Amino acid sequence: MIAELGLAALWLAAALAGLQLVAGGLGLTTRGAVLGEAVRPVAVVQGLLALIAFACLIYVFAVTDLSVKLVALNSHSMKPLVFKIAGAWGNHEGSMLLWVTVMGLGGAFVALVEKRLPERTMLATLAGQAFVSLGFYAFLLIASNPFERLSPVPMEGNGLNPLLQDLGLAFHPPTLYLGYVGLSIAFSFAIGALVTREVGPAFAKAMRPWVLGAWIFLTVGITAGSYWAYYELGWGGWWFWDPVENASLMPWLAATALLHSCGVLAARNALRAWTIMLGVVAFSMSMIGTFLVRSGILTSVHAFAVDPQRGTFILALLAIYIGGALTLFGLRASTVTEGERFALVSREGALVFNNVMLSAILGIVLFGTLYPLVAEAMGAKVSVGPPYFNPMGALFAVPMLVVLMVGPLLRWRQDKFARIGKGLVIPAMLVAAMALGLVVVGGVALLPFLGLALAVGLAFASLLPLRGRNLRRTPLPIWGMVVAHFGIAVALFGMSSESAFSIEKLVAVRVGEVAQVGPWGVKLDAVEPVAGPNWTAMEARLLVRYGVGGKVLRVLPQSRSFWAPPQQTSESALLTRWNGQFYAVLGGEAPKAEGGDRWQLRLWWKPFAPLIWIGGLMIAFGGFLSLIGRVMADLRRIIAKDKIAWRRERQGR
Amino acid sequence: MATAVKAKHQRLILLVVALVVLIGAALLAAWALRNQASYFYVPSEIVAKPPEADRAVRLGGMVEKGSLKTAADGVTVNFVVQDGKARVPVTFRGIVPSLFVEGSGVVAEGKMGADGTFVADNLLAKHDENYVPREMQDMTREQAEKVMQETK
Repeated sequence: MIAELGLAALWLAAALAGLQLVAGGLGLTTRGAVLGEAVRPVAVVQGLLALIAFACLIYVFAVTDLSVKLVALNSHSMKPLVFKIAGAWGNHEGSMLLWVTVMGLGGAFVALVEKRLPERTMLATLAGQAFVSLGFYAFLLIASNPFERLSPVPMEGNGLNPLLQDLGLAFHPPTLYLGYVGLSIAFSFAIGALVTREVGPAFAKAMRPWVLGAWIFLTVGITAGSYWAYYELGWGGWWFWDPVENASLMPWLAATALLHSCGVLAARNALRAWTIMLGVVAFSMSMIGTFLVRSGILTSVHAFAVDPQRGTFILALLAIYIGGALTLFGLRASTVTEGERFALVSREGALVFNNVMLSAILGIVLFGTLYPLVAEAMGAKVSVGPPYFNPMGALFAVPMLVVLMVGPLLRWRQDKFARIGKGLVIPAMLVAAMALGLVVVGGVALLPFLGLALAVGLAFASLLPLRGRNLRRTPLPIWGMVVAHFGIAVALFGMSSESAFSIEKLVAVRVGEVAQVGPWGVKLDAVEPVAGPNWTAMEARLLVRYGVGGKVLRVLPQSRSFWAPPQQTSESALLTRWNGQFYAVLGGEAPKAEGGDRWQLRLWWKPFAPLIWIGGLMIAFGGFLSLIGRVMADLRRIIAKDKIAWRRERQGR
Repeated sequence: MATAVKAKHQRLILLVVALVVLIGAALLAAWALRNQASYFYVPSEIVAKPPEADRAVRLGGMVEKGSLKTAADGVTVNFVVQDGKARVPVTFRGIVPSLFVEGSGVVAEGKMGADGTFVADNLLAKHDENYVPREMQDMTREQAEKVMQETK
């Protein structure tokens, strides 16, 4: 019953999206203006209906209704409730439903709160949003109905991949989707502005909070995903350049560029066509990422060709939306008049540089991600990994980081390096000192070397915009910029330190034996069987001590066996200190040797590794501060307007 | 650069600069991909045409029954990967994936040593029905049936 209710809500939502598109489109004409009135309420109801459908899906998962095919395939009655619920979006159909739900709610939210845009642009924006939603509704209803029933009803479900039974990961997809879909709103804004030819500071100011919000979610999602891969997969790495990771990184790169070009457009009315273009590209990257992850094409081009319906459907959607948007852009770009001019050495100049570098990195990542697919279609099987991505990415990231130290200090329109030169003496000296220190230490590879040296300089330089300001009266967006840029320095330091100074030890030890990894002494105290709700495990008790006089601490890495579906995972154990992380993984039992059983242990000491994710969260927090500042300013403006109107009314009486 | 750009077409200049950088990046990427992409081999291919030394490649095939040996240190494993036509010895130091067993498929990432032994720095075993390394899916389709029959 509930499943049918969900399906009905989904059909209704799709129908309303159609209505929203037509009414919005006709509302732009002089004769259909009256239809325009309907667009906002329709957008709100459409969002609510999508939410109802999604709530129904969560319900059938929560009660493990095995007559629903999706539940039978992806859930199990013995799972903890939180994972039953998370299971609702831990699969293809459910995640697509989550996608349209967030899109619908985003559209509803825009319809309710966006007051800054001219009415016509607003209509075109909501119509654009409906147009994109419609494709995804069609995809759900035609090619992947999440509410499909199953007959006969099975006795038990298939279960959920144990790797995914992790709280952090359960909420990872929704976070990323909020980011992706926030970009869909920027995309719709761009389409709206192209249709009505109204590109200017007002448009950028209206679009900016949405881009900022999306970007915050993407930043948090990528940071959390990286940490999950780090502790859950037990490989000791935090970024694998895996296509699934790249699928979330590419929209982030585009959104970062868009955020900065939005700033130029809002403050200086320059980079007009470029901002529109990035708005289109950012959401296109979200869709391409989703296509890569959700179509099965990553697993194998052949698998994709065997069951091509879904993939072809998403591919067609991509072609329609991206192709359509770029065509519209091509037709209208020439009518977007040129914005204000600026000198090469200026805040705009630095931001343009940042944008071009980010776009280049985006291109590098996109190429590297798609290349194996293209190669496989031509009959060669290749994989592309860090040896390609790291140096190629760094080639453009390093100059960008150098400019990042200078950019925020420059004035708009035009400036001279001589004016800001004094402030940069200290960061330059810090970079030099760090570089010198690393040369003395020796043995550090080029990329981490550059990373560490630039990180200390950037950490200092990123604080310079606060110099000479009254800190209590500094606007929040400035604080946001400073915190986010400082976060980049922190994350960069963590990444570089982790890759330069990590120590790894792989040993097979008997109970009672001691191993040494970096400054840590590790003693295998015992190995015992333990059991959880749906798994059993071997658990190693390690007694570890940092240095000679440190406290003895206990860590408990496990090797877990799940029985539905049958799979083994290794639960790593982490110990975090101020200067790094100790990381332990329990392997299997080593072959018999003299003097008792031996167990395989993989141990790491990773100096300053936690800074990677602390920095990531700082970047997101900086974005959050900016967003609060912008929204507060908007609210103040609205309240002030209301007050003036109210006074006028009183005086008029 | 004391004054703002007097050029009439600042947008055009920006566009050209951006295009030059992006096209440069694309060409560079294409060149780097040619050099850095790691190719997938099955044993008969790697024996017939070994890759250059120091080139990271991936080797996929079946773990030969009875070939799996763990060295005295307890963490180095040696085994033979075969596809029914050729055999390649592989050495790997690390914790093997849980589904890595004799007689089933594996993809080893690493380099071909000068002595004909493949030095793996990572092993991918068949995960579960839902997640199979890309090469293995095809391998199971193209060669695995044959391999299975021949190793029974």
